[in-house]
Amino acid sequence: MLGPGVPWYLAVAAILFATGALGVMLRRSPLIVLLSLELMLNGSNLALVGFSRLFGEADGQVFALAVMAVAAAEVCVGLGLIVAMARRRLPLDVDRFAELRG
Amino acid sequence: MGNVIVWIVWLAAAGACIGSGVAVVTLTNPFFSALSLIGNLASLAVLYLLASAEFVAAAQVLVYAGAVMVMFLFVIAYLGGRADAPWAGGPSWLRLAAVGASGLLLAEVLVALMLKAGGRLSDEAQITDALGSPAGIGQLFLTDHLLAFEITSIVLLVAAVGGVVLGMRDTDAEGADA
Repeated sequence: MLGPGVPWYLAVAAILFATGALGVMLRRSPLIVLLSLELMLNGSNLALVGFSRLFGEADGQVFALAVMAVAAAEVCVGLGLIVAMARRRLPLDVDRFAELRG
Repeated sequence: MGNVIVWIVWLAAAGACIGSGVAVVTLTNPFFSALSLIGNLASLAVLYLLASAEFVAAAQVLVYAGAVMVMFLFVIAYLGGRADAPWAGGPSWLRLAAVGASGLLLAEVLVALMLKAGGRLSDEAQITDALGSPAGIGQLFLTDHLLAFEITSIVLLVAAVGGVVLGMRDTDAEGADA
């Protein structure tokens, strides 16, 4: 394999996942929490592609495509929630949503 | 010579990937965060190409950096003008704990990889040109992973219905709130 080996890919994937987790825990705006979630999903996708290269089987890439579809579904519902919150003039701040009451 | 070029491209893509990932988390304006996520997805597509996952790279650019991020930018523009609360509230030790927790997560994954799988990660399988090609991926999707394929379509359908339900104008609640 030309260029870096699989451990390099996995290291980048781990860094991306940790950065996304930091964003999910640290940010208040639900929009940026969703963006950080995308970072975490992409970190796991990169690990899947790296392992698929390691074993020479395309199953990991198939799973990465399934993760992509799930991410699209998650963005669809998440953005719908954020727009519904904004339309009700609720504050866009995840710290203020501490109870499940309509 | 070819190896050196691949290394240079890989290092540039990985650096852009990590840098734009950090920018997504640290920038206060959600618009710029979304733009740096687009850069992150594009550099990830380069990494996928170098790992011989051509179809995943193409789908990444088309679906993710294209469709999904356009939806994000549309919603950010729709909500524009709202002041964004940059950092999580609460005492500063909570923030420190968040940084510590994600640092520990990273260290845990790296240590587990290097200690448990370090030796096995270096002997890569020989691959053919078919790995990652659209034909190979489609073959797998329609034979071995047919159930996952069908379930994915149901997930997308449910998400689309959920988006419509969430977007419906809730006249009772709005009248009560207004």
